Amino acid sequence: MSVTAFLTDSTLCIGCKACEVACKEWNQVPADGFDFRALSYDNTGSLGHSTWRHVKFVENGAVPGFGGNASEVFSWGFSSDVCKHCANAGCLEACPTGAIVRTEFGGVYIQPDVCNGCGYCVVCCPFGVVERRPEDGRAFKCTFCYDRQKEGLEPACATACPTESIKFGEIEHLRDTARERVRDLEEKGFDDVNLYDPTDTSVGGIHAFFIVRGDPKTYNLPPKPEVPTTYLKKGWMSAGIAAAAMVAGAFLAFTGSSDR
Amino acid sequence: MSISPERETRELRLQQIRREAELRATSISKLPSDSHMDARPSNGHGALQDFEPAASASPQTGYYGMPLLKTPAWTWEVPIYFFVGGAAGASAMLASVGKLTGADQRMIRDARWVAAIGAALSPPLLIADLGFPKRFLNMLRVFKVQSPMSVGSWTLVSFSSAAAASAVLSELERRRVLPRIPVLTDVAEIGAALTGLVLATYTGVLVGATAIPVWNAKVSLIPIHFATSGLSTAVSVLELRGHASSALNKIGIGATVVETAIGASLEFGKEPATEPLHHGPTGWTMRVAGLLSGPVPLALRLLSLTSPPRSPRSVKLRKAAAISSIAGSLITRWAWVYAGRASSKDPKVPLQLPGPARPDAEQIPQDK
Repeated sequence: MSVTAFLTDSTLCIGCKACEVACKEWNQVPADGFDFRALSYDNTGSLGHSTWRHVKFVENGAVPGFGGNASEVFSWGFSSDVCKHCANAGCLEACPTGAIVRTEFGGVYIQPDVCNGCGYCVVCCPFGVVERRPEDGRAFKCTFCYDRQKEGLEPACATACPTESIKFGEIEHLRDTARERVRDLEEKGFDDVNLYDPTDTSVGGIHAFFIVRGDPKTYNLPPKPEVPTTYLKKGWMSAGIAAAAMVAGAFLAFTGSSDR
Repeated sequence: MSISPERETRELRLQQIRREAELRATSISKLPSDSHMDARPSNGHGALQDFEPAASASPQTGYYGMPLLKTPAWTWEVPIYFFVGGAAGASAMLASVGKLTGADQRMIRDARWVAAIGAALSPPLLIADLGFPKRFLNMLRVFKVQSPMSVGSWTLVSFSSAAAASAVLSELERRRVLPRIPVLTDVAEIGAALTGLVLATYTGVLVGATAIPVWNAKVSLIPIHFATSGLSTAVSVLELRGHASSALNKIGIGATVVETAIGASLEFGKEPATEPLHHGPTGWTMRVAGLLSGPVPLALRLLSLTSPPRSPRSVKLRKAAAISSIAGSLITRWAWVYAGRASSKDPKVPLQLPGPARPDAEQIPQDK
């Protein structure tokens, strides 16, 4: 089986949220409320236990002509966010039950029949994707449409995307497509296009990369995501020192006192 | 691969969603531009937000100041488990070292029971915190050395068994119900001490090796902090049980000296990630915890040295120190969990944003 990936090209996104709707319908994800946050037209807020695709709405300065904007109104940047399916996934490493597994397509999948809702994956995801669903107790996130992929189908979001902003395919092929697209846009005069694919950090690359205009930070994409297992060495070293010091201290106190 | 008719229908539904989106997109783009409303009202709906929203999405604020990370799902059971487990683990170690060095038998017996009671209380606390408690045994499906949660689950199971066995077997021997079986009791005793040491320290690794900035920034410190806190509590519980040996006071003094140093390093070592330790309610919680675990019991313990050992005044002062330490230790665990919650809501550190931790609207530059 080949390793698959998402390429979300926000320069093609029209903010229609078909991906959110398709994801919910296909995966039968519960409603996540219709909360107008008064921040933008975004009413889903962020990825979570019941939001596996999330369209971010970013206002930019007026760019006449771009995306059909009139010169006097600001332009919108839309980007459909999704679980990054990290090559080194914090959630997968942290899961104590083995509920979170790597699928044959390279995706990170939570087996709902194994998860016991310990919540450790929630604090170990450097992208803030996994969340425990309160009314259920277990952790949920994008499954990368594992069921569809097994049947040779594209994930629901990619299938429903009307502008092909969400592309799905073999990972290296898609990386080439992404680089080509960035070059293409640069040739067309867009000098602020970035490919978000943090391969040089401990997450070792992601299986869902993004093309965004401007700084990826605007879209809450962290510049240097780290898989929390990188902190283990320091932590256990400290734990060892603390344990040794406790024993040594107790030993000295007991042997050094006539009154034990 | 062929798919079932039911799947076929669902597949067609996805196509329908796509067409609907296309149609709506074309109709909206024909609207006159003045129908766009200003999407930047001055106030947010407070009830929906537990973060400080920013007026815009930008490289300076992130995505409207919204949290990047998820807030820890852990509830009150977890800090209490950290406290109980830490004290129990340290107590098992005290029983073992005490036995090895010929300490007071009654003190050793009480230390074993403190460990056993803590060992009995810990699993229910952890299970209660699970989202799906019925599946707690799934923790023992696999052993993953790279997951502190997995290591901790196995440690707790081993510790609980060993500490209970150690306490019960020694008691049966003492009451001469059972003949002394050195292999069993010694293995249980040493097992409880070794797993107890892991239990008292791993919780620090558990919170440290996460994506939460304030926790992973202090991953080297938290295991030491938790271990010291556990040791302090174990000694304090034994003192409140009436044990007044000067050896216990020495351990207490050592632990409170370390606690004082840790408190000072947390107070004076400032970095962006540790902001919740300095500001707001989380900062004050940590400070109160630090005072109650460090300088206050240390001063009381040193003062007790001015009276003859086991004199009423000395015992009284040490009991006061013990109460302060136990309260401090409990608040310490709570303060760390609380700080982690605050830290998770602040996108500044994971996004490497400049400026104040909670971006406020005045400081956000206008769109270019």
